[in-house]
This record gives sequence, structure tokens and C-alpha cells, in this order.
Amino acid sequence: MNTHLDGNVLAGALGEVFAVDITTAVAQCASCGTSQAMGQALVYTDAPGLVARCRTCGEVVLRVTRSPGRTWLDMRGVRCLELHVPGE
Amino acid sequence: MARAAVLGRLTWQVGTVAVVREETATARTIVLDVPGWSGHTAGQHVDVRLTAQDGYSTQRSYSIASAPAPGRLELTVQRLEDGEVSPYLTDVLKPGFPLELRGPIGGWFAWDPAAAGPVLLVAGGSGVVPLMSMIRARAAAGSHAPFRLVYSVRSPDTALYPAELAQRGHAGEGVEVSWVYTRSAPAGARVRVGRLNPVVLAAPGWTPEAAPAVFICGPTGFVEAAASLLVRAGHDPGVIKTERFGPSGGQA
Repeated sequence: MNTHLDGNVLAGALGEVFAVDITTAVAQCASCGTSQAMGQALVYTDAPGLVARCRTCGEVVLRVTRSPGRTWLDMRGVRCLELHVPGE
Repeated sequence: MARAAVLGRLTWQVGTVAVVREETATARTIVLDVPGWSGHTAGQHVDVRLTAQDGYSTQRSYSIASAPAPGRLELTVQRLEDGEVSPYLTDVLKPGFPLELRGPIGGWFAWDPAAAGPVLLVAGGSGVVPLMSMIRARAAAGSHAPFRLVYSVRSPDTALYPAELAQRGHAGEGVEVSWVYTRSAPAGARVRVGRLNPVVLAAPGWTPEAAPAVFICGPTGFVEAAASLLVRAGHDPGVIKTERFGPSGGQA
């Protein structure tokens, strides 16, 4: 199945581990160098966990997998992540 | 408030159903009292978790339908025939029942009432829910930002909030509402039945030059179609924010 959702669906799983919103964070893709808000990523949910792909080149940017009491986060596709810090 | 709402890690909390309101034959609005809830930014969602007696638990995301308010929020849930969570929410849940949730979640697909620029909302089916929150937030905040909602439904009986949209769409209110009927139109209405098209999207004043912020929400196919129509019409892909819901992981 090739249907995907948006980066918005990452917000819950990553909200468990990050204190700031991940969907407004800007990630630079390690493959093509494009910087995009994580909310713009293509997210595939028909895999173990969630797989976020770059909207520009289609490479995997981030994977997050959840099991009871544990979160695995694979961010090898992110060269740099720029997070908004609330209150400043 | 919006900033405070996204600061801090997400944790589960328990709300209590205050009211349920039937919206259509297959959708209902659930009004929840949530102690300590500090409000949300229009467009955000919550995760809802159901846990069976044997400990099995499953969760789904639902958009918040109401304007931001402390201590209270409304979800409009569309019943999915093969759904694991939605039939419980639409058929079983009653006032007084507890409901486990966490949120508000997501700051990308969100509209801040402090933004004065025009806003184009494009909804397919129950994708109107987070966009309705934006329309309600606009009214609650006394915002004068020009709004336009293009709402595509199969038939009039599947439309969410038709009476409220008619009221909010009155001339002078600053919210234009355009309907698209894909299967059948209201009796007597002089509306062509068909899919979303460039003519409907290109209303006077809503051209790419006006640079509206664009929010599209609906099933994946609808969102793809709407986004590509707008990009082809000349809208900047960078200002188009989308929220697709699909068979899993997204909004059940």
C-alpha cells in the first residue's frame, strides 16, 4: 500500500519524548539537503511504527517505533533538526 | 496559551463526557470536561485511548472541533464500520462516562487567531472538523481575518454542522462557505454534482495573489487532489498545510 499521511501524525508518539512540538520543527534531509517542517513529511503508517519520508526526495527522514515502556527513534535521515522553543 | 499548550511532554489524562450531540446518522459530537485542560490551538488533535478489561489497549487521533476553551473540548467522531475505536465513541459512550485522552497535539496544522491574513479551508467529509475549530476560534477571538471554506460532501445528509455553517456564512460575517456535492445535491438546489474543481476553488478574491494560508483536511485522495489543484492554480506549495486521514494511525 502506498498511501501516506502527514507529519502531523508523528506529534503524539514524539510528544511522549520531546517537550516541544515536533511537527513545527524544521528537519534538513540528510539525503537531499532540503529543509522542511516535519508536519510536511510523508508518513507511512503501514510499517512497524511510523516512517517519515522527505517530501522532496522520498528518502526516510525519521522512524519511530513504540512498544510497551519503550520508544525507538531512528533519525539517521535528519542532518539537523531546528526546534521552536516556546516562551522565547 | 497556545504556547503553553505545546510545552511539556504528553501524558494521558481522563476526561468526562458532559454531552453527546448527534450530527448525522453516523457522526456525533462528544463534549468532554477535562480538568486542568488549558485550551488548544485550532487545528490540533487529541489521542484517545480505549483499554479493554484484559488490558488490551488501542488509540486513535481525533481533531478538536470546538473553539479553544479551558477545561472543555469537543470532538466530532465519524463512525467507521470496521473501526476499532469509533463505534465505541459513537454508539456506546454516554454522558458521565470517562474517556482517556492526551493533547493538545500538533502545532503545524494549526491556525493562530492573531494572524490577520486570509485563510482558505478545504474540507472533504469529516475533514471539516479541525477547520470548524478554526472557524469557531475566529469568531471566539473576534478576528476579522477573511475566511473561506470549501466543503466537499457526498450528499447533504452527510454534512457536518450545516446549520451553524449557514449562520456563520451569512454575508457580513467574513466567512464564505461553498459546498461541493459529489453524489447528490440538496433537492431544488441549482448546484452541479461533481468533484472538487478549479472553478470552485478560484472564487473572486481567493486567487494565489491574495496569498491565503491554506488548510486542507480529508481522506488521502481528496487531500492530494485539492492540493494539486491549488498548486496548479498558482498557490505556493509552502503555504498549503495538509492533514490526511487514512486507514490506520491517523484519524479513525
